[in-house]
Amino acid sequence: MNFERIKEKLNILADAAKYDVSCASSGSTRANKNKGLGNSTGMGICHSYTEDGRCVSLLKILLTNHCIYDCAYCVTRRSNDVKRAAFKIQEVVDLTINFYRRNYIEGLFLSSGIFKNPEYTMERLVAVAKKLREEENFNGYIHLKSIPGASDELMYEAGLYADRLSVNIEVPTISGLKLLAPDKKHEDFTKPMLKVKNEIARYRNERKIIRSTPKYAPAGQSTQMIVGASGETDKDIIYSATFYYKKYQMKRVYYSGYVPVLQDSRLPAVGTQVPMLRENRLYQTDWLLRFYGFAVNEILNDAHPNLEVDIDPKLSWALRNLHLFPVDVNKADKHMLARIPGVGMNSVNKILQARKIRKLNWDHLKRIGLALNRAKFFVVCDSRRWEHRDLDAEKIKGMILQTSTGKFRNQYSKQLTLFN
Amino acid sequence: MKPSKTLIYDGSFNGFLTSVFVAFDEKINVADIQKNGQGQNGLFSDTETIFTNVDKAKRVWNGIRSKSYNAITNIYFAFLSEEEGIELLLYTYIQKLMAAKKGKEMDYSDGFVLKISQLARSVGREKHRMEAFVRFQLTKDNIYFANIEPDFDVLPLISKHFRNRYADQQWLIYDVKRRYGIYYDLEGVEIVSLDLNEIYFNRTRKSKVFAEKEYDYQELWNDYFKSTHIKSRINRKLHTQHVPKRYWKYLSEKKEAV
Repeated sequence: MNFERIKEKLNILADAAKYDVSCASSGSTRANKNKGLGNSTGMGICHSYTEDGRCVSLLKILLTNHCIYDCAYCVTRRSNDVKRAAFKIQEVVDLTINFYRRNYIEGLFLSSGIFKNPEYTMERLVAVAKKLREEENFNGYIHLKSIPGASDELMYEAGLYADRLSVNIEVPTISGLKLLAPDKKHEDFTKPMLKVKNEIARYRNERKIIRSTPKYAPAGQSTQMIVGASGETDKDIIYSATFYYKKYQMKRVYYSGYVPVLQDSRLPAVGTQVPMLRENRLYQTDWLLRFYGFAVNEILNDAHPNLEVDIDPKLSWALRNLHLFPVDVNKADKHMLARIPGVGMNSVNKILQARKIRKLNWDHLKRIGLALNRAKFFVVCDSRRWEHRDLDAEKIKGMILQTSTGKFRNQYSKQLTLFN
Repeated sequence: MKPSKTLIYDGSFNGFLTSVFVAFDEKINVADIQKNGQGQNGLFSDTETIFTNVDKAKRVWNGIRSKSYNAITNIYFAFLSEEEGIELLLYTYIQKLMAAKKGKEMDYSDGFVLKISQLARSVGREKHRMEAFVRFQLTKDNIYFANIEPDFDVLPLISKHFRNRYADQQWLIYDVKRRYGIYYDLEGVEIVSLDLNEIYFNRTRKSKVFAEKEYDYQELWNDYFKSTHIKSRINRKLHTQHVPKRYWKYLSEKKEAV
């Protein structure tokens, strides 16, 4: 191993991969067999955290940052003047194995710029995974990036070795894609997704009959889209995400606040603040859709195309639907409990458990862990005190904002700071 | 009233369970249950030394488990917290559990139940953190070695995780605070007590004990860690919340920061 050269490559190729926000290493069970290396139990482990607070769970690198494409939002784009490098297949294998043996990582996340053509690039990504599985008997997590435009045959093979496959659609609207990534076609993204989705379904069916059927992409597919690069509304983004969840059975859609890295007239200027709060609201919405039983048009629609920044989407929905409240926590069904602002799914389950033993009052609810500063306006319980009275939505919102101290507060405060 | 007694046991979990068995069996009015050697005799109580008996311990274990699976994990985890007075706390908890109807241990309005489950949760959290934060260093003898210094005694809880994961390499995880380790020799995991005369913090000075390539990989990892964060999104408070500073001295990615 030529240490200095590897070190240089790792610096370049890890740096270029960090804008991919996916970090999950969960959802796959791949038991260690024949005394091999690694064991995936379905639970991900964050081995460290970046200084911006994100989980470090996988060795996340590009195979190369050479690229034939010229997508405006991408650091690795052809016309950008950066240092280029490429790993050899064996080098990636060695790094993964040695990091894994020292308990630094849960596995590998391998993406790539496109050299020569999509097919050639995808072939090399698959070769890394294959080598890890077959030569190193490696049972850790492997996440491969599908290269837009790769053939069905290669996508099929990729799913046999990888736990998760993903292709980033990056730009949520087709028109935006044309503008920012003129070399890529929408179908280039969706074709590999469709292939993977169909194979997952086929393997699942076969597994029902033949137990020994090998696993195919057991942790499913994910995708990522950039937020705030092409002027789309929150509605565009979330409807697009919903489309991918439904049509391609995505496990996750990630939202990545655009970090301006390049000077380009089509994009926000370098130095523009990363829309972290907006990103946060999108994730909250995503959660409401996946785990809380909300339908997408309840939260975003033509009358309401953007999420509010100063309050979370559930509260925003509740304020627009005051006629459904207050909810009696001692009687309401799970579906309705989950819709109370300030009540998470954990609390919902605890309420259901606890109310079997006794009727719940404010004290109990507080101990269970409800965010009462919000919930109290929407709830009645075993107590005569009732906070809702006849307040209208504006008043409730005002009272909640007065008592809350969100971590992004300073970003949307209208109050000017005196000494800045 | 029967005079109260303090039970002295050997500090092991089986020893504790045996004490519980004896206390129930002989209807002892328990004043306290204490580890051998750190006892403080109560003024008006006798002491009785309990000899660990695996069969008796097993009967208590099974008895609790048949009441509630959740309770048995809570008890074991809370025991490993090594909190002062944990034995008497657990004894009271077990008494309550045995007297109660099924499902009773879920009543979090009971102070004992709440305290035990909180302790168990803290231990569980640290167990998970140790699974994440152990950093092996390859020695010249081809053993992957790691020092840890957890607040709670979590080695017994993490052994299975590492055995499943690193089945093809020899490894040793050594708890600096409690001066014992778990060692996997490619066959099974053993508890080893040894006195290490050097503690292997992640310092920049290289030790001769480790393989030459070891420091290359540490440097690569350290570098990788540095290139993962996005400058415009830095949030140090969140970072230290996830990676508490007390763990830093054993993390190879934090070498310069220690």
